[in-house]
Amino acid sequence: METAISKSKSGTKRKRVFWPVREWRHLKQNREILGLFFPGFIYILIFAYLPMFGIILAFKRYRYDQGILGSEWVGFENFKFFFVSEDAWRITRNTVLYEMGYIVLTLVFALLFAILLNEIGRNASKIYQTALFVPYFLSWVVVSYISYAFLDQQTGYLNTILQWFGMEPHKWYLEKEPWPVILNVASLWKKVGFSALVYYAGVMGINQEYYEAAKIDGATRFQMAMKITIPMLTPLITIMLILSVGGIFHGDFGLHYFIPNNQGMTYPTTDIIDTYVYRALRNVGDVGMSSAVGLYQSLVGMVLVIATNAVVRKLNKENSLW
Amino acid sequence: MKSASVPRFSKMLVHLMFILVSIAMIGPLLLIVSISFSSESDLLRNGYSFWPRVFSLDAYAIVLKAPKVIAQAYGVTILVTIAGTIAGLFLTATTAYAISRTNFRYGRIGTFYIFFTMLFSGGLVPSYILMTQVLHLKDTLWALILSGLLTPFNIMIMKGFMVKVPGEIIESAKVDSAREWTIFFRIILPLSTPALATLGLFISFNYWNAWFPAMLYIDNPDLVPLQLMLVRIMDSIEFLSQNEQMLSQMGSVQANFPALSARMAMVVLAAGPMLIVFPFFQRFFVQGLTVGSLKG
Repeated sequence: METAISKSKSGTKRKRVFWPVREWRHLKQNREILGLFFPGFIYILIFAYLPMFGIILAFKRYRYDQGILGSEWVGFENFKFFFVSEDAWRITRNTVLYEMGYIVLTLVFALLFAILLNEIGRNASKIYQTALFVPYFLSWVVVSYISYAFLDQQTGYLNTILQWFGMEPHKWYLEKEPWPVILNVASLWKKVGFSALVYYAGVMGINQEYYEAAKIDGATRFQMAMKITIPMLTPLITIMLILSVGGIFHGDFGLHYFIPNNQGMTYPTTDIIDTYVYRALRNVGDVGMSSAVGLYQSLVGMVLVIATNAVVRKLNKENSLW
Repeated sequence: MKSASVPRFSKMLVHLMFILVSIAMIGPLLLIVSISFSSESDLLRNGYSFWPRVFSLDAYAIVLKAPKVIAQAYGVTILVTIAGTIAGLFLTATTAYAISRTNFRYGRIGTFYIFFTMLFSGGLVPSYILMTQVLHLKDTLWALILSGLLTPFNIMIMKGFMVKVPGEIIESAKVDSAREWTIFFRIILPLSTPALATLGLFISFNYWNAWFPAMLYIDNPDLVPLQLMLVRIMDSIEFLSQNEQMLSQMGSVQANFPALSARMAMVVLAAGPMLIVFPFFQRFFVQGLTVGSLKG
């Protein structure tokens, strides 16, 4: 070994070289693939990593004329301002509760639809799949027009229905009570088709022999669904759950901004972190506070993803994301 | 047969449930279409209905009287969607290919470099300031194209696909002393056509339906894409309906301008074409979400 270092350049493969030199050789060796990686690397550097340094804005009183670095440091003042207000609790609660509601509702109905789609003929199920999937192709902006057609206080369809049953019409956009229901319905309507199809694809992938064996043993269709389909789907369900539980701190901006039409009266029950940050930035122009809230959201969100994954890993290593 | 009779009844129940669900999914869209073809005065008197009580094309006549707005919005959306999809797909493919190569020394760290951006982000404000104050891209189409050009999720899906390309193919090409980018363009890209098609569809769909970048970065009326146009129409109508008193003092403006039906006609024109096209691709959307390939 000792001699190898000193002299022979071609003979032995293991040469102990000064590490930057070694790394440089690796770089040269990998330069062509690095070239392919480079454009993406630069894009991510600029649009994902560079803004991460922008979190220092959360600790500054930002002024456009002084720039990010020139603005005055204010420590945790932005956070203090946010956390002593009632807003902090309200938007955190709204974000988390709504997201949990969406996750559970979508999961339950998507699984139900996926399992039942498998019980009927291919052709009919294809038609239903398309119908289920259509709302997924609409943006929240378009959906907000649809919800407006139902909720508009003068001509909306929902009030028409209420009047059929002799009930009082509502001014939906000026009340805060109905929104938890409305938002959950809207979310389910738009998202259930996609999840159902993902789970349905999972159901289709299950080996048919399991079912045949169960049939011979006289299992009912319900038993097969509970004892074969759902257990076989568990890995898929878990991954979808980790992805969504991790995102529990990131609300659905489009849903919460457009469906309530950005109406102030509904804020107590519709405002979430995402809409709050947007308004603080666009309407109030409070850069410091909105970046403080954004940082709070990003940090807690990251902790949640890691924690969820750790829990899943502990339960069953196979099912975890990493 | 004993087993056939019971399932037949329950099968009917399942069909019934799905028919109801399908109506719940499609019905609201029909309501919009019906409103757009209804006479405004009837809507104001009797409210909305799923079938036009008094059929009228006034709304479309009004909307298409000034076709410039909607044509321009279409132009912006189409341009951004095409440019963004081509560039985004290319970047996704090159980046994913690099980290999918097992003998790429920086594959693991590269994967982490991308994955970390899924875990943590600077948030809205720093991105906004980057775009407007540092890159000065406010009121440019670049702002619309560059937002969401390359997403970590898409890279991971693409990587999951490319990992499955047998290493021998690459090795044999290398024996023939092919350059990496030749391998990428001549071998990997053709082999990845299914994944490229799926992801291309995903990316173009996202561009088509994107409103957030436009809301943040576009003020110039000539650069407004379809989705932002719809946001603005909703806002202005909100403004009008909240100031009914003001309107009534101004006279019968509301009766002359078919706000209710024209608005829905606008949505039908803006969302309709895509709604007809996209369901044909639904198969690919599900294929694309083989989440299992995200692992690792």
